Amino acid sequence: MKSLETHLRAQRAAGVKSLVPYFMAGLTPDWVQHVHAAVAGGASAVEIGLPFSDPMIDGVVIQEAGLRSLASGTTFDTTCSALGDQELAVPLVAMTYYNIFHHYGLRASARRLQDAGISGTIVPDLSVEEAEPWREACHDGDVSTVFLVAPSTPPERVIRIVAMSEGFVYASARMAVTGQAETVGDAPDVVARVRDACDLPVLAGIGIATPALAHEAAQSADGVIVGTALVRRILDGASPLDTERAVAEFRRALA
Amino acid sequence: MAEQREFMTAPDEFGRFGDFGGRFVPEALMPACLELEEAFQDAWADPDFLAEYEGVLSEFAGRPTPVTFLQRLSESLGLRIYAKREDLAHTGSHKINNVVGQTLLTARMGKSRVIAETGAGQHGVATATAAARMGLECTVFMGEVDTKRQELNVFRMELLGATVVPVTSGSRTLKDAVNEALREWVSCVDTTHYCLGSVMGPHPFPWMVREMQSIIGREAARQLRDLRVGVPDYVVACVGGGSNAAGIFAGFANTGARLIGVEAAGGAAISHGTPGVLHGMRSHIIQDEFGQIEEAHSISAGLDYPGIGPEHAYLSAIGRATYVSVGDEPIIGALRTLSELEGIIPALESAHAVAWLIREAGREIPHGSSVLLNLSGRGDKDVAQVLSILRGAS
Ligand SMILES: Cc1ncc(COP(=O)(O)O)c(C=O)c1O
Repeated sequence: MKSLETHLRAQRAAGVKSLVPYFMAGLTPDWVQHVHAAVAGGASAVEIGLPFSDPMIDGVVIQEAGLRSLASGTTFDTTCSALGDQELAVPLVAMTYYNIFHHYGLRASARRLQDAGISGTIVPDLSVEEAEPWREACHDGDVSTVFLVAPSTPPERVIRIVAMSEGFVYASARMAVTGQAETVGDAPDVVARVRDACDLPVLAGIGIATPALAHEAAQSADGVIVGTALVRRILDGASPLDTERAVAEFRRALA
Repeated sequence: MAEQREFMTAPDEFGRFGDFGGRFVPEALMPACLELEEAFQDAWADPDFLAEYEGVLSEFAGRPTPVTFLQRLSESLGLRIYAKREDLAHTGSHKINNVVGQTLLTARMGKSRVIAETGAGQHGVATATAAARMGLECTVFMGEVDTKRQELNVFRMELLGATVVPVTSGSRTLKDAVNEALREWVSCVDTTHYCLGSVMGPHPFPWMVREMQSIIGREAARQLRDLRVGVPDYVVACVGGGSNAAGIFAGFANTGARLIGVEAAGGAAISHGTPGVLHGMRSHIIQDEFGQIEEAHSISAGLDYPGIGPEHAYLSAIGRATYVSVGDEPIIGALRTLSELEGIIPALESAHAVAWLIREAGREIPHGSSVLLNLSGRGDKDVAQVLSILRGAS
């Protein structure tokens, strides 16, 4: 079993809900400090966004963060270099679009991720139909490939997706791009359908904008992914300390 | 032994043409792509659907479009040039063929709304037109930069009852309009069909749009037979995403004709791009050394796209079609030449194909060759831009 799954299973066994905040690599000069702050605030793992020019499943906030990050020169390599030096007590999961790895080379990407201490990837435009080359490139190392299940996914596809997903299954809470929502949407239903199909940890994300929503989503899910709500704060000038407090609030809501 | 292979057949079960194509979309959209594939296959095998599609194209869209022998241009270049007149189709370009098919399919799938992306506005206007006729709600995404460059087309779409949404994300041009349409589609996929405008995007779009445009090539092949020209030496079309080229190539893929796609130099995905993944497909893409997509720049907004349909990437890879590029400089001259010699003002996109003929007549193209030129659209939409360029130059 790859380390991401081991880690998340251990959390579940200990009765701890997983909290996975998302940060855009290179968004601010101190972006790595935000990652540390999130760990201090109680993150179970951290999702690292690698910016892409054409983020088709991201809403306006993460789009803006990505463009800003690109404008300041962020690349896959600069991100991996920045993270490679860090001692972080939790797993890191890279979230990006397939062209970044496709262009860098699949095997080279898998190696680079592993060398930087990144133990998983979420590549939302990589459908299970197209994923074999990437999974193969990651096969021998410790980089897990996480797949999403959407509210629109029919039961037979759920079975196929969870069979390929490693680390956890990402339960998409709604038919929408990343953003801030006012309800947990379809999260309970999607989580239930994933649970029927497998025993992997299931994390809910997309629109989980407040500690209250995180609490509600975690009634069914093993944890939550919180992106836009934190990135919005950083775009508005939040310091690492602000991030730590915000993450700690989510952590308290999940207790 | 003669070549036995058949070209421009259906892609494989994953929607791939060789190494290109496929389906690189978020899981939320996969069921819709699968549903669309099934609906298209079913409709395309249904004689009633095909009869309705061809009926609408003839009664509403003005098909068949004629083939015109371009006598004076032929004389001046030492070639025999026949033009397939998509400029005479309703709304002024070949784009209507595809949207008639897709809006009929939308109704057949029980959906009540279409969304579309547009660059210059040609596909947006065509979609708004077909949607009005079919009684479908229509929303068109258009880069904010393009809404300003093409104000009249925005108004045209609004007259046709469509809502035009200016896209302010990314570079605010065509590629961002595609992103925004895909984002919108995620949130309304139950009621809405994404009417994609070229042979690009995830499977089944590249194949479906080619099929819906292949009427151009079928008609032209018949018309050239009737004119006793038979198979021409060259079939030449401009390429943005590649739909008018795919449509006319389809009629000649399994003949000895040389197939030439003319890209704009500033958006030449085959000539200057590398394999990549964008907008749901693996194809040739113009990208930087880090895999970030670069903006295309062309005098013609319809060719301003950093990718190309995956089937073209494949036809290029196997050598069945050749892709060349033409810069901005000769385009206005080519437009004037065709206007003055033939009484046809071509769209700036189509003028790229004309410019290549002018450049290569007697060089790449031996004198005396027969050429089928796809005149994908008329230049009415471009006259204001041409005027301002000519004024600026004088
Ligand atoms: C007249 C005309 N020709 C060609 C194109 C390019 O599209 P495609 O390559 O799909 O034919 C456009 C696109 O707007 C167009 O309006």
